Amino acid sequence: MAGTAVLGRLTWLVAEVAAAIPETERARTLVLDAPGWSSHRAGQHLDVRLTAEDGYQAQRSYSIASAPGEPLAITVERLEDGEVSPYLVDEAAESDGFEIRGPIGGYFVWEPTDRRPVLLVGGGSGVVPLMAMIRERAAAGSDVDMRLLYSSRSWDDVIYRDELGRLAGRGLTVAHTLTRSQPDGWNGYARRVDAEMLTDVGPASGDRPHVYVCGPTPLVEAVAATLVELGHEPQRIKTERFGPTGG
Amino acid sequence: MDALTLDGNAVAGLLHEVFGTEMTVATGTCGSCGASGQIGAVHVFRSAGVVLRCSWCGNVLAKIVRQEMQACVDLSGLSGLAYVHHTGA
Repeated sequence: MAGTAVLGRLTWLVAEVAAAIPETERARTLVLDAPGWSSHRAGQHLDVRLTAEDGYQAQRSYSIASAPGEPLAITVERLEDGEVSPYLVDEAAESDGFEIRGPIGGYFVWEPTDRRPVLLVGGGSGVVPLMAMIRERAAAGSDVDMRLLYSSRSWDDVIYRDELGRLAGRGLTVAHTLTRSQPDGWNGYARRVDAEMLTDVGPASGDRPHVYVCGPTPLVEAVAATLVELGHEPQRIKTERFGPTGG
Repeated sequence: MDALTLDGNAVAGLLHEVFGTEMTVATGTCGSCGASGQIGAVHVFRSAGVVLRCSWCGNVLAKIVRQEMQACVDLSGLSGLAYVHHTGA
């Protein structure tokens, strides 16, 4: 099969920055006001398109950080050689506008009506779509067993650190691993995610949890392979990779 | 932009443009090894165009090159593609 397709509808909307919230040295949340935006599901993305004065366009996909029903927000991490992320992290100011379209994707999505236990594994800004799920769980008043294992380089690189601390409890477990440096007195994990850590955090594969893994490609590959070795069913492991560059 | 290893989620917007519907939950069957799975999980390499590869055997499932209002799509590596078509984003 080969041919030329006429492009379908996925409409670009103008979004205005309603608020910019620094998260870490390298990551910032932008709350967007986008008239015409339809509600999304936790885990979905949107595409951002920037147009330069000479007409050059750059387009990237970002996970939505907010829960459905909350003001639309994305959290973006700056990639030093990126074309889009430095603008979103360092330059975009309140009432600045750019184009977005979405919501996009139905694969990496969690529904709060699903009672099955959930394991979330995030690396770096891979926590963003997982945070949408955690926020939706909280907004829905759900007590579903949800566990987040979140790998960051250092304590200062942990995105949503305070909010995760506040939300933990009532069936939500948050475990951090800090792979490069740890604060004094740190008694959490201090290595890359491995089989022992995944077993500690659980839920056990016998509980047949839904698993969502999001982060840099090497982390996602390693974690997904380890989960299968631990007996998790491959079809219950949903992954989302992002490359080391390209933002 | 460098070639990147991503997955089908990363090109969900492009696939939506081309097929006119959400495609990451579509089921694709590899024409080489016969593995079947959701498009959100396939490996994606992005350079001038987008290449979708089977995450089991590496076979090229699909190539998409988009230019202006046209998209060139080669699906010759898929033996099947099942999806639900519904309108709207």
